[in-house]
Amino acid sequence: MDTKTIKKEAVNTQTTECISGSEAIVRCLLEEGVKVLYGYPGGAIMPVYDELYKFQDKIHHVLARHEQGATHAAQGYARISGEVGVAIATSGPGATNLITGIADAQIDSTPMVCITGQVASHLLGSDAFQETDIVGISTPVTKWNCQVTKASDIPEVMAKAFYIAKSGRPGPVLVDITKDAQFEEFDFKYKKCTGVRSYIPVPKTEMASVAAAAELINAAKKPMVVWGQGVILSKAEEAFKAVIEKAGIPSAWTIMGASAIPTSHPLNIGMVGMHGNYAPNVLTNQCDLLIAIGMRFDDRVTGKLDEYATQAKVIHFEIDPAEINKNVKADVAVLGDAKASLEAILPLLNKNTHPEWHQKFKDLYAIEFEKVIKDDLHPTKEGLTMGEVINQINIQSKGEAAIVSDVGQHQMIACRYAKFNQTKSNITSGGLGTMGFGLPAAIGAKMARPEREVVSISGDGGYQMTIQELGTIFQQKAAVKIVVLNNEFLGMVRQWQQLFFDKRYASTEMTNPDFVAIAKGYYLNARRVTKREELAEAVAEMMASKEAYFLEVCVEKEGNVFPMIPTGASVSDIRLE
Amino acid sequence: MSTEKQLFTVSIYTENNIGLLNRISAIFQRRHINIESLNTSPSEIESVSRFTIVVNMTEENMKKIIGQIEKQVEVIKAYYHTEEDIIYQESCIFKMKSGLLFDEREIQNIIKESNARIVTVNRDFFVIEKSGRKEEIELLYRELSVFGIMQFTRSGRIAVSKEEMKISTMLEAFQY
Repeated sequence: MDTKTIKKEAVNTQTTECISGSEAIVRCLLEEGVKVLYGYPGGAIMPVYDELYKFQDKIHHVLARHEQGATHAAQGYARISGEVGVAIATSGPGATNLITGIADAQIDSTPMVCITGQVASHLLGSDAFQETDIVGISTPVTKWNCQVTKASDIPEVMAKAFYIAKSGRPGPVLVDITKDAQFEEFDFKYKKCTGVRSYIPVPKTEMASVAAAAELINAAKKPMVVWGQGVILSKAEEAFKAVIEKAGIPSAWTIMGASAIPTSHPLNIGMVGMHGNYAPNVLTNQCDLLIAIGMRFDDRVTGKLDEYATQAKVIHFEIDPAEINKNVKADVAVLGDAKASLEAILPLLNKNTHPEWHQKFKDLYAIEFEKVIKDDLHPTKEGLTMGEVINQINIQSKGEAAIVSDVGQHQMIACRYAKFNQTKSNITSGGLGTMGFGLPAAIGAKMARPEREVVSISGDGGYQMTIQELGTIFQQKAAVKIVVLNNEFLGMVRQWQQLFFDKRYASTEMTNPDFVAIAKGYYLNARRVTKREELAEAVAEMMASKEAYFLEVCVEKEGNVFPMIPTGASVSDIRLE
Repeated sequence: MSTEKQLFTVSIYTENNIGLLNRISAIFQRRHINIESLNTSPSEIESVSRFTIVVNMTEENMKKIIGQIEKQVEVIKAYYHTEEDIIYQESCIFKMKSGLLFDEREIQNIIKESNARIVTVNRDFFVIEKSGRKEEIELLYRELSVFGIMQFTRSGRIAVSKEEMKISTMLEAFQY
């Protein structure tokens, strides 16, 4: 800290540091424990970059190749670590390029702080060069946002930003800082934020609701749990496992909840929703008690709401009061943090096993295995399947890898078949369905947890939306394993065109470049697989690599993802073919 | 709970923040709900603002919207009320030609009977102010419109609830 000036105040002996707003921003990040941030420089944020240059031994700035990539990398960082991801960009186009990542973080409750530079305050509203109303633009997709025009406001706003981003139901926060505020000097003092008077991050858990929930669980003959990301966000994995084990409840996950308990756990009955597993979808409409934990009844989970679990009583464990009764009416709502609520309910539960009820899940799994899974994972006909690639990754990783998927067919296949031993291992864009999420998110995940194997799985469409982040991987030497499942189609849209638009493949066929050559252009190890005989060995080579590695697998062109709940159909009308 | 649409008056206590109006109106806009009227002002509590919004919707949706509003970090508390729960007023201003005041004796009677008030008179025009319920204002508008109105404007609804809103005790609990 060679630049700060220390001035003694005349009367008392207390020293305060007079520093610039831009140095204050970096000092705030250090106070919040930020070690890595992702961004892209530009005019209105240059003073902060100058400070990042000075502080580079304490905080690592990663230059993305596009601001959207920076946000997804920050998201990947947050999702695998549970810490706040940080992205930084300049005003105007730099700021607007953050929006997709911010919207993604908002709908998937990812803690993220975005810092944007802004034109000097006297230029605000004058249509100045690279001026855009980013606070206005980001309002509907941020948990909170704020514009700072005075350097002295920076510490309090930054402290509040981090507190709001990570507390309660997490989400993205944007802080927009004018250039004059970055230059202005002031007496810096940092105090962490511990509360905001208008904001209740975690609602109080009523013991009466816990008792009522326990009573319903103890009385149920055919209970079923659907858990979501709330279990992961509240670090409730152990408490959750204890509850379902004691009460013997078959438990299914939403895409965002995947990996909270190991895939191999006997009570883990798979994924619910549009391309989820057969048994939990069908039996949603047969259970007598549906216990939702940290999930929000997304339409991709529920299918037709009027025919969703109407026979069942519903318990909803939830931190966000606005989610209660939003889509599905709860008979008992247990507000509060999932971990605390689950720990509170555990002693009230009776031991149970429900063997006959479990058998129903097994029977339906056997049907799904015969009709779908067998051919996905162990195909005999010509043409590689996406499922067999995931299967090989499972074999090589032994379930220890973090799988970062993009959006589309490969994402559904990856989520259906990837094996997870550890929590926070399934990183994907769930709510927003952001193509291009995967590759940059994998960078952030690998940098947050360098000791973990991180495998990015994309389709040929989404991969090309953020393909430029190969440059970031190369420059950072981030040892991400990149798999592209290439079917030369925007596969999910093509599947819908096949099923619902009479095979009119409007703008879904892709003429692709030489992906291996592109990866090699970034000096990455790269390989293409077209034959089944090469697959296992190629995946093994990729996983053994100490560096980043690109693997293109040319899969069958017109493979479909099943099971499938057509839009507007009930979960129990799930199609196996 | 009624599934019929009805008028609700929403009272929102908030921090005084520049962007909050945008945040709150976006909640309605996103769900395609038309705001019938909107008023912001200081509240009975120092440094706390109060929004009064009138919307026409079902009670079920109203509850969901209240949840979304309260979710905003700088919203302290939101309440919704039916027409019976509140005492409410709007106000309006008419600008009319001064000559009418002397040529049309009936105008004076209308002003008197409607409990309106003449705010100012000059050589060219005079200004009438009226506070009351929406229907009263609409009636006055109809009565005056036959004489020709130069300008007319009406405020949003402002309302107080008959029941106590426990906002002050809530705010005390926030002090730490």
